[in-house]
Amino acid sequence: MDKVMKKVFWCFAALTMTVVAFMGVYIIANGLPFFKHTSLWAFLTGKNWMPSGEIFGIFPMLVASLYATIGAMVIAIIVGVSTAIVLVELLPAKLAALLSAAVDLLAGIPSVIYGFWGLMVVVPLINDLWGGKGAGSSLLAVIFILALMVLPTVIRMTEVSLRAVPNEYKEGALALGSSRLQYIFKVQLKAASSGTLAGIILAIGRALGETMAVILVAGNTALLPQSITDPVRTLTANIAIEMGYASGVHQQALFATGMVLFVLIIAINLAMHMLNTRTERRERRESKGKNTL
Amino acid sequence: MKAKEKILYSLLGIIAFSTFGMLIWILSYIFIKGIGNVDLIGLMPAIITTIYMVVIGLVIAVPIGMGTAIYLNEYAKPSKFVKGIRFSTECLAAVPSILFGLFGMMFFVTQLKLGYSILAGGLTVALMILPTVVKTTEEALKTVPLSYREGSLALGASKFSTIMKVVLPSAVPGILAGIVFSTGRIIGETAAIYLTAGMVFRVPGNVMESGRTLSVHLYMLAKEGISLEQAYGTAIVLLMVVLGLNLLTYVIGRKMKNGK
Repeated sequence: MDKVMKKVFWCFAALTMTVVAFMGVYIIANGLPFFKHTSLWAFLTGKNWMPSGEIFGIFPMLVASLYATIGAMVIAIIVGVSTAIVLVELLPAKLAALLSAAVDLLAGIPSVIYGFWGLMVVVPLINDLWGGKGAGSSLLAVIFILALMVLPTVIRMTEVSLRAVPNEYKEGALALGSSRLQYIFKVQLKAASSGTLAGIILAIGRALGETMAVILVAGNTALLPQSITDPVRTLTANIAIEMGYASGVHQQALFATGMVLFVLIIAINLAMHMLNTRTERRERRESKGKNTL
Repeated sequence: MKAKEKILYSLLGIIAFSTFGMLIWILSYIFIKGIGNVDLIGLMPAIITTIYMVVIGLVIAVPIGMGTAIYLNEYAKPSKFVKGIRFSTECLAAVPSILFGLFGMMFFVTQLKLGYSILAGGLTVALMILPTVVKTTEEALKTVPLSYREGSLALGASKFSTIMKVVLPSAVPGILAGIVFSTGRIIGETAAIYLTAGMVFRVPGNVMESGRTLSVHLYMLAKEGISLEQAYGTAIVLLMVVLGLNLLTYVIGRKMKNGK
């Protein structure tokens, strides 16, 4: 009985791994044939996307995805880290716990609600303030919505790692005559950097992968954006919008778009993986150093 | 206090205040605009489809995910196989939902000939939440003290009955929290379901029919802009469901803390 159950559980584990491997292989197998039609280089750097003319270049979408992700991350990092500092160091514990729960709430709101709110509030606001070719549907709107969406991730991860900094650091810094702000920025944030970075990488993945909320506020024209108020189309939006009616080479082109996205995400994850092992190794080395002293 | 420090303090305060200001803005906007437009009867098709989707997703993902986690935490010794599983679930967790949609649409909908159906959507979301279930179950199993297992084994219980009667019952709150969290993800998911379950808006007779979940319904209403009243009404229902689940996770979390 015991041996049988061990096999049963092993089967579940093997199934999980098979499913993941299958999914990756399937997407790649469906995307690869496309590169007989268009070379990888032409696909990545082509400025025109015209499925009806069988011209497939995802450069505008690639640029839009990168701009949107970078823009959102700049806002989310500044706001998120600041908010986490306020929560951990400056507010009384009870109020901080309440606001912490509010951050969880923000994390639980479905992305489509952010998109809907963006469409109803942010897009008209941008249109009133700056206009733009898309009447408010723009790169700026995408950046704003994505920043809001990933903010809870950044806040939560930074908060946890700030709290994990040993109290001796604080006592030491204050005893040496540093002010509270000097301690926060020069000691605590540095000690918490690996956890914060992990949160940031997680957030980049989410921003890059978000689809429906982005479609609602982006305007979705597959052109290279000239200004921040221009409408854009991201890689994810490209798949979601056209997959419903695509066939043949067009469908393969969308799978190839998925492949590019997949590779980007896995690369980001590998970076995080390496970062983790490096910090672990450093920590081990440091604790060893302490023992020999 | 130096002037520079004063400026920094007020900057931090303003930024943190604006974060929570945004939260209040979003919530109050949806509430004020939506509260008069709630039409639960009209939303029935979407609500029933959502329930179908959650049930199918959980029924498939929870046993497989829990089995995987039990193997990893209770049976497996460190090996290449275990590393492979860990790495693949980590990758799966990072994959954006649109790629699940792409895969589900080609594999479940087209190749397995399920058509745009609730079953195809359910299978796709099951894949999507699988890593979450594995991860949360594993974390829950890790919190069970080793001494529980040793005690049970020393009393002559087999490994399997130790797992079933000692380890799993102590890990229930953590596993439950993971399941509630996964439920929230299924309810909030749009992209993967939109590409696999289609968007027919009526009460589904069986799982082979196409259906629209609440999230997809909100997306369609917002995208088409035909009835904003309905969109507001849908948004508030969706928000209430998700907030309710959040509260449930919170309560379970409190219970876990008190139980220790």
